[in-house]
Order: sequence, then structure tokens, then C-alpha cells
Amino acid sequence: MERVDVITGTTAAAIGVKLSNVEVIAAYPITPQSECVEMLAKFIADGEFDAEYIKVESEHSAMAACIGASATGVRTFTATAAQGLALMHEMLYIASGMRLPIVMLNTNRALSAPINIWCDHQDSVTERDTGWIQIYAQNNQETLDSIIQAYKIAEDEDVLLPVMVCIDGFILTHTVEPVYIPDERKVRDYLGIYEPKHAYLDPDRPITQGPVGVPECYMETRKQINDAIERAKEVIKRVNEEYYQLFNRRYGNGLVEGYNLENADTVLVAMGSVCETIRYVIDRLKKKGKNIGLLRIRTFRPFPKEEIKEMLEGAENIGVLDRNISFGLNMGALGTEIMATLRDKKICNYIVGLGGRDITPRNIEEIVKHLEESKDVETKWIGLKE
Amino acid sequence: MGKRFPREELLAPGHRGCAGCGASILVRMALKAAGRDVIVVNSTGCLEVFTTPYPETAWRVPWIHTAFECGGAVASGIERAIKALKKRGKFKDRKITVMPIIGDGGTADIGFQALSGALERGHDIVYIMYDNEAYMNTGVQRSSATPLFASATTAPAGKRSKGEDRPKKDMAMIAAAHGIPYVATACISYPEDLMKKVKKACEIEGPAFIHVLQPCTVGWGYNPEDTIKIGRLAVETGFFPLYEIEHGEFRITYRPAKRKPLKEYIRMQKRYRHLTDEDIEILQKYVDERCKLLGLE
Repeated sequence: MERVDVITGTTAAAIGVKLSNVEVIAAYPITPQSECVEMLAKFIADGEFDAEYIKVESEHSAMAACIGASATGVRTFTATAAQGLALMHEMLYIASGMRLPIVMLNTNRALSAPINIWCDHQDSVTERDTGWIQIYAQNNQETLDSIIQAYKIAEDEDVLLPVMVCIDGFILTHTVEPVYIPDERKVRDYLGIYEPKHAYLDPDRPITQGPVGVPECYMETRKQINDAIERAKEVIKRVNEEYYQLFNRRYGNGLVEGYNLENADTVLVAMGSVCETIRYVIDRLKKKGKNIGLLRIRTFRPFPKEEIKEMLEGAENIGVLDRNISFGLNMGALGTEIMATLRDKKICNYIVGLGGRDITPRNIEEIVKHLEESKDVETKWIGLKE
Repeated sequence: MGKRFPREELLAPGHRGCAGCGASILVRMALKAAGRDVIVVNSTGCLEVFTTPYPETAWRVPWIHTAFECGGAVASGIERAIKALKKRGKFKDRKITVMPIIGDGGTADIGFQALSGALERGHDIVYIMYDNEAYMNTGVQRSSATPLFASATTAPAGKRSKGEDRPKKDMAMIAAAHGIPYVATACISYPEDLMKKVKKACEIEGPAFIHVLQPCTVGWGYNPEDTIKIGRLAVETGFFPLYEIEHGEFRITYRPAKRKPLKEYIRMQKRYRHLTDEDIEILQKYVDERCKLLGLE
């Protein structure tokens, strides 16, 4: 039976993992993720969940252990953040290169130095080219739902790529919200047991996994990954609908979610929990007779170019919020992608909320005001101290 | 030996190993001892490169390679996945051996942490370190397993250098310090001893670590036909004693009737050709001390 719990984002993710019948978990603590792997350990200790739990000695080994387990043909999970994700970097490419449907929670956190445990998106956008699908959830309910959906997407025959579910550190990981917990049997029936069809380690069917990719074949492997992540767009949309039919919740079309876009000349584009703040501001401005739209990017990879073009066709002022910065370009990752997608629009990029700096409704109003009143499209840093 | 171990070759011929390659000899023996119910994990290195240039493979058993420093962790994941699959009823009543076969660089240097983690957690794996005493795949750079006074490309002998200036890292004893049920040293020149150890390691529950010395014709500088002979001299001189530590019990498994002078071993290899008799005397003393410590007078 579905029930409601008031829980943090990390607990929501852990429950999602438990419901998804994951068989091998690699766990290494890092703030703000730790509660997720602690909850999983507790589920196992209490006999509620029968998964193998490897207490690895680093995040690099966490991803390596997931790769080993996934290549043997079981469903796997790990969680990380910031420095941990950076330490995994090398293995992220190997997970996608070997086409392993690993699912990972990344609790978005700023990168050192200076060391900072609070939220921004620098860690995961830095990994955008690793061949991982990236879903950015905006609240704890979406976190739980996205973990379940992630397995369905990753294991799809047309995809076979790893998925990273990204949630904002502290803002979601340490804040409780009411979350609907789906019926366990219903989730298990939906996902089934993971049975790889192609490559897996089995003495009864010996195959070689991870050979030397000589110049005659390497480039084709890259193209295949690129084709698979393109195909993932349709799969993500389909899973979003299936999920709605079964569990009565959906997130836009799975790739993007629009809010108040009709008749809005000014539109903000963003990812993650700030989208809820933006919606609050939009509602408030509406009462004052102002029409502002929001386009939330849910999947940063694959990047929903077609949807963005379509949904922002009528927009005149586009403001892109980035919780990350590309040094030497003075733009964030989302800003550059949106500019590359919409080449003839007025777009301004706003760098916000780095290293846990709050993004307040007042900051959003400031952005809207700047967008509407200024012709200047140079990147602006919002919320900087004078 | 022929009766006790199968004739079947699980490492196919035709791979791209050098003539006289000690690593490929080791793999053939280890797989004969382990049999078909095995999953091999390689780290990046010679063995991985010369056995698997896509679309070719020399492996007749399931095999995986990911990166350089994570063999222990990949093996850990596989071992637990097999446990999970057994819960589903797969591999019923079968013991599947997870066997990382990883070089000295991938074990003693860059993969040291992943190895230590895997041993400490008690995974049921048989970790074989194939030790050719340098980074042979990338051109004979020194590793922490390179012995004192050997010349390597990043520790070259020269006017002001006698080559490597640190003694060899003792990986078997480091592994033993994890309190694991089985640790052994072995050398490809003693096939029966090696295969017995691999077989025992496969049967024992929990982590096993076997440090195998494996001469390398390119890196050590000798003629390909001398691989076995050099390995023998390493053991007969006491440079590389053969022993096992089973559930904490130490035992020398091969005792030379009379230890040969180290000079015989040293003088066969180009990596030591810069050494004077006095230098070799220093090495001899070092070997004598170690042998004494292990009870191999």
C-alpha cells in the first residue's frame, strides 16, 4: 500500500533503492550523502532488505565495485558527492563505456578548495561528458521516484547506460518533506529482476569485458554511447508516462517541465530545488500582474534540445540560472547549453548559489528585473557580497 | 604433475606476449589449478594488453578489465554479485573463484588501497600479484617492487646512481598483516609448488594472496629461453624464498639444498650489469639477512 512519510531526500533515495530490489550496494560516507548509505545499512541490519553491502575504502573503489557487480549481472547502487564524485571520475567513463546500468545518487555539493560541504552543481556538471544520464530532482518526492525510474531507464535495451540522480545537498538531503512511498510489490513488479542479455561474467559463458579498444574500433564505441543517450530521451519520456499510469506522478515530459510558460515573455531556466523557489516567485509576481515562466531542465544529459526550442519559442527574455561556473568563460554549464540551443534569442546567464549561498526569492526577483529592464546580456553573479 | 593438473589450456595460444613471457606462463598454470569456475580480473598492464586487443581475446574464462588501481575493488563487487546470484539459485553448489591477476604496479603501488580494502573486508578472492619488478607495459619504470640496485628507466644506473635506491616492498608480508587465511609466495619456475598454492587458495574460504615472481625478458635483460632458469636462480639463491602462511602458520615450501651465491642470479641480467662485486656483496648480505629471518639458512 502507498503511504506518506515525512523524510529527507537522502532517506527518500534509500527507500527508492530498497524498493528497486537492488542486490549489491557499495557504500562510502561523504557529506551530505552519508544518511543515504546509513539508511541502507540499517534496512539490511533490521532484516528489511536483503542486499549485499560492500563497505568500500573510497569512492573510486565504490564505483569500481559497482562496475564489477553490474558486469556480473546484478542491480547495483552507490551514492556520493563533490570530492567523492571527482575521485570517481575515471571510473564514470568506464561504467558508461562498458554499458553498465549502474544507478548513483549524487548529492550536489561544492568542490574544494576551499573545502565546502554545501550545495552547488559544480560536481555533477563537471561530469556531464562521461556518458551518464543525469536527472536533477527538485524535491524529495521526485528523488524517490527518480531512483526507481533510473533503473527502468538504465536497464532499457535501447539505453544500457548508467544514471546519476542529482539532488541538492542540504536543501533536499537534510530537509524533511512529505513523500508518498509507493507500494513495494508494485515497484518490484514494475522493475522486475535485472537480467543482462549481452555481456556478463559467467563461467558457463566466458566472455572478455573491457578489452583494448584499438583505433579501428574505439571511435565507434563513442558513437554508440552517443546514439544510446539520444535514444534515452524517448525512454525517459516513456518511463515518465508509465510511472504516471502506475503511481500517479509525473515530471513534465520526463526531460523538461514547464511552469506558466503560456504568454510569458520572460522565462527562467534552471535545474534542481531552486525551481521551487522560482515557482513561488512566479506565483507572487502573477498576483501583481506579471507573467513569468519557468523551464525546468530535469535531464541535463541527455540534453533536451528539441523541447527547449519548442517551449521557449515565444520567449523574449531568457534568464539561465547556473549553480556552477566555468572559469575562464564566465558562464555556467546550463547557460552555455541554452545559448548553443537557442542561437537567436536574448539570453542572460546568472551565476547563483555557489557553495551553499542561499538563493532567495529576492534574488529571483532581482534576476527578473534585470532581464526585463536591461539589454545587457553579460553573465551576472547574483548574491555576491559587496 | 601431468596427472594432477589438466592438459586443457584456458589461456589460448596466439596472444601477443613476448617470447619467454613469464606472465603468460603464470596465467596458464594458475588457470590449470583453478579450473573453469573462475572469473579473472586484470588491471591495466602487460597481461591485459597482450591478451585482449579487440576483437581478439586469449581468455577462455570470463575476464574483466576496468582500470589500473581498482582490481581489488572490482573483484569485491564480483564476489558479492556472485553471492547475490546464489541467493537467486544461480551457481548452485559451485564455488566460483574470483581471481584478480594483477602486476606489481597495480598491486604494490597504484592499487595498494583497493587491495588492502578487499583483503580487510574478507572477500573470498584469490589475488595473484604477478611481479616482474617494474612497470614493464610502459617501458620498465621502477615500481615499489623493483629491487635494490636494479636499473629501471625512472631509476637508471649512471655515474651518480646504482639504479633503484630502495629495497623491494614486501607485499606478501603486508598482505599477511591483514590477518587473511592464506598468503604465499611462488615462482613460475616451480610449477607444481605454484599450482598447489593456487589450488589451496581457491579452496580456502576468504581472501588469499599469492605473490608470484615472474622474470621478464625485456625488463630484466636476458635471453627469452632463460626465463625459467632465472626464476630458479631467484629461488635457489634465496633472493625470492618460497613459503606459505596458512591461517597464520608460516611454512617454507621449498628449501634449496645449499643456497647459491646471489652473483649467479645477478650476472645473468642486464638490469644489474652496472654493479661491481662490492655492490653485489651488499645485496648478498641483504639476502642473507632476510633468509635468516625466514629460517632459510
